[in-house]
Amino acid sequence: MGKENTVRIKTLILSAATAFALSTGVASAAGGGSGHIENIDFSFDGPFGSYDDYQLQRGLQIYSEVCSACHGLQYVPIRTLGDAGGPEIPMDRVRAYAKENFEVFDAELDDFRAATPNDNFPGSNLENAPDLSLMAKARAAFHGPYGLGINQLLKGFGGPEYIVAILTGYTGKEKEEAGTTLYENTAFPGGWIAMAPPLSKEGGDVEFTDGHANDLHHVSEDVAAFLMWTAEPKLEDRKFTGLVAVILMALLSVLLYLTNKRLWAPHKYGRKED
Amino acid sequence: MSGIPHDHYEPKSNAEKWLDSRLPIVGLLYGTLMIPTPKNLNWMWIWGIVLTFCLALQIITGIILVMHYTPHVDMAFASIEHIMRNVNGGHFIRYLHMNGASLFFFAVYMHIFRGLYYGSYKAPREITWIIGMLIYLLMMGAGFMGYVLPWGQMSFWGATVITGLFGAIPLVGEPIQTLLLGGPAVDNATLNRFFSLHYLLPFVIAGLVILHIWAFHTTGNNNPTGVDVRRTSKEDVKKDTLPFWPYFVMKDLFALAVIMVVFFAIVGFMPNFLGHPDNYIEANALATPAHIVPEWYFLPFYAILRAFTGDVWVVQIASFITGGIVDAKLFGVLAMFGAIAVMALAPWLDTSSVRSGKYRPQFKWWFALLVIDFLVLMWCGAQPAEGIYGIIALIASTYWFGYFLVLLPLLGVIEKPLPTPATIEEDFNAHYGKGGSNSSDAK
Repeated sequence: MGKENTVRIKTLILSAATAFALSTGVASAAGGGSGHIENIDFSFDGPFGSYDDYQLQRGLQIYSEVCSACHGLQYVPIRTLGDAGGPEIPMDRVRAYAKENFEVFDAELDDFRAATPNDNFPGSNLENAPDLSLMAKARAAFHGPYGLGINQLLKGFGGPEYIVAILTGYTGKEKEEAGTTLYENTAFPGGWIAMAPPLSKEGGDVEFTDGHANDLHHVSEDVAAFLMWTAEPKLEDRKFTGLVAVILMALLSVLLYLTNKRLWAPHKYGRKED
Repeated sequence: MSGIPHDHYEPKSNAEKWLDSRLPIVGLLYGTLMIPTPKNLNWMWIWGIVLTFCLALQIITGIILVMHYTPHVDMAFASIEHIMRNVNGGHFIRYLHMNGASLFFFAVYMHIFRGLYYGSYKAPREITWIIGMLIYLLMMGAGFMGYVLPWGQMSFWGATVITGLFGAIPLVGEPIQTLLLGGPAVDNATLNRFFSLHYLLPFVIAGLVILHIWAFHTTGNNNPTGVDVRRTSKEDVKKDTLPFWPYFVMKDLFALAVIMVVFFAIVGFMPNFLGHPDNYIEANALATPAHIVPEWYFLPFYAILRAFTGDVWVVQIASFITGGIVDAKLFGVLAMFGAIAVMALAPWLDTSSVRSGKYRPQFKWWFALLVIDFLVLMWCGAQPAEGIYGIIALIASTYWFGYFLVLLPLLGVIEKPLPTPATIEEDFNAHYGKGGSNSSDAK
C-alpha cells in the first residue's frame, strides 16, 4: 500500500470519526434510540437466498450517480463487479466503467491515472461521509426483543433495512447546529443526521435504461441490496459451501448413528453381533 | 498410563520390539486409546471430543489466516477485508474461525456444567479440574486477544476496557496495564503483542490438554453415577467399562457430526449472528461506541464485573475497611476473577460424600438455579448497566458466589443423599437389561 494511500486512509478514518462523533450514538447500540425499521424481503435473505444481478446493477448505477459524490467503497476491488454471485457485469464493461468513472493515484507513476479493474473503488470524497463498503454489515436494525436477538435470528441483522430506512426516513425538517445543517431522520439514532437527503421524495433521481421503477422506495432498496453485496461479496459462495457441508454432515451423522448403534447393540441388549 | 488395570500393548514383530525398547510411543498411544471407560457415560460426556476438535479447528484455520493477515493498526482492518474478498476461500475460513471460537466456548460451558452437576471435580479428580480451569482462563485470554486482531470498533474499545481493569489494582496495576498495552493506550504495540500471544496461547492450551487427559486417565473417567470403576481385577473392570476405542470414539464422532450440522448451518447461513456489527467499523480512538459489549461468551463475567457499583453496601464496607483502596472498580475486578476462582475451588468447597448430583435431591434444584443464574448473567451482560438490569445482575452475581461459598459446603451437611448403585454395571444394566452383563463374551 502506497504512502499516499495510507495517508488518505488516515484522513478517511478521521472523517469517519467526525461523522461518528456528530451522531449521538451508534446505530447498533442495543436499544439505541433509532425508530422502528421495517423488515424487507430481500432476494438474498434466508439460507437459499441469492443476489438479484439486475438489482445489483441498478444499485451500482445509483451508487455511481448519487452516493459516490461523497461516499467511497475503498475495500471493494472494481474487478469484483464481474464476479459470479455479484452484479456479473461483463469484463469489458467493467474496464470501461473503471476508466470512465475513477482516477487513482499510482505510486509508481507518481501521478493520477484512470482506474483499472484491478484497483479498488476510491474512498470517500467528503470529510464526514463514511465509507460504504461494509455499511450493510456495520449497522443493525433489529436487536430485540429484550436484547435477546431473536429478531436477528429471524430477520438477520437488518443492515440493508437500516440503509433503506435512512434513505426514506427524512421528515423534511432541518436545523442548524454549530454551523452544520442537520436533517431530521426517523431511522437515525438521535433523530438528526448531517447527510442531506440524497434522493428526492418524488423519486426519479436515477433513470434506468430498462425503465425499471425509480421511485424513492425502489431506488433505496436497490442501492441497499448493492451495498449488501459490497459488504458480503461472497454470500452466495458461502451459502452454497454451507449447504454442502450441512448435507454431508447430516449424511455422516446418519452413518455414524447406525455404526454406533450396531457397535453398542451386543453390550446394551445382550444381542450377539450378527 | 492408567491406574485402572487393563491389557497393555505387547510389541509382536521385531520392528515393533525394536521401536518399543527405544521409544514406547506405540504403547503410550495404545494405552490412551484403549483406556477402560465407564460404559454408562451419557451424552454429556461428548464435549471433550468437541473441545479437542475445536482446538484443532482454531489452530488450523488460524494458521491459514495468519498467512494473509497484517498485524499493524493501519493495515489490520484492510487485511481482514483482503481475506474476505481476495483470498481463495478466505471468507469461509475466517467465518469458521470466528464461529469456531463460539463453538469452543459453548462446548466448554457444557463441559464445565457437566462437571459441576456430576461432581467430576471431586476427589480424586481435583488436578483434572484445576488444569481445566487453567485451560478455560487461557481460552478466555486467547478469545479476547483474537477479537482485538480485526481492529474494529469493538476490538479497540473492548481492549481499552479490559486492559483498563488491570489499572484498578493498587500499586502494581498501572505498570501492568502499561506492560500489557506496550504504551499509554491501545495502539500498534498492543495489537502486536496481542497477535503474538494469540498465536502462542493455543499451543499452551494444547499442552495443558495433554496434562488434563493424563490426569483423568490416571483417576479414570467420572460417570453419571459418580461410582468408581471396580479395580479389583481385570474381569471386574471389564464388567464396568468398555475400551475408549471403538465404543466411545464412535459415539463421540456421531455427536460431533450432529453438532457440525448446526455449526455449518451457522457458518454458512448466519455467520455474523454471534458477532457485533460495530466490529465492521474500523477502530477509531476518537469515537466511543454508545454501548461496549464483549463477545457473548464473556457476558456472564462481564455482568459480574459491572454489578458491584459504588452504592452496593458490600462495596461500601470493603471500601471503608481498606481505607478506600478497594473502590467499586477494584471490587468489580476482584468479583469477576473471584467468580472463576470460587468455581476452581469447588473440589474443596463441596462437602457432600456423594459425587453425582443425580443422588442429591436438594443439590439438583440449586444446580438448576445456577444454570439459570448463568444465563441471566449472560443476558444482563448484554444490557446497559443501569436501572433494573443493575439490580438483576447484582442478585444473580450474589447467587453465583452463594452457590459455591455457602450452598456447596452447607448442602453436604444438611442433605440426605439417595442410595447410589453399587456398581457401574448395575446402573448400566438397569437401563439396558441384564443381557449386557456378559458383554465380554460378545466380543
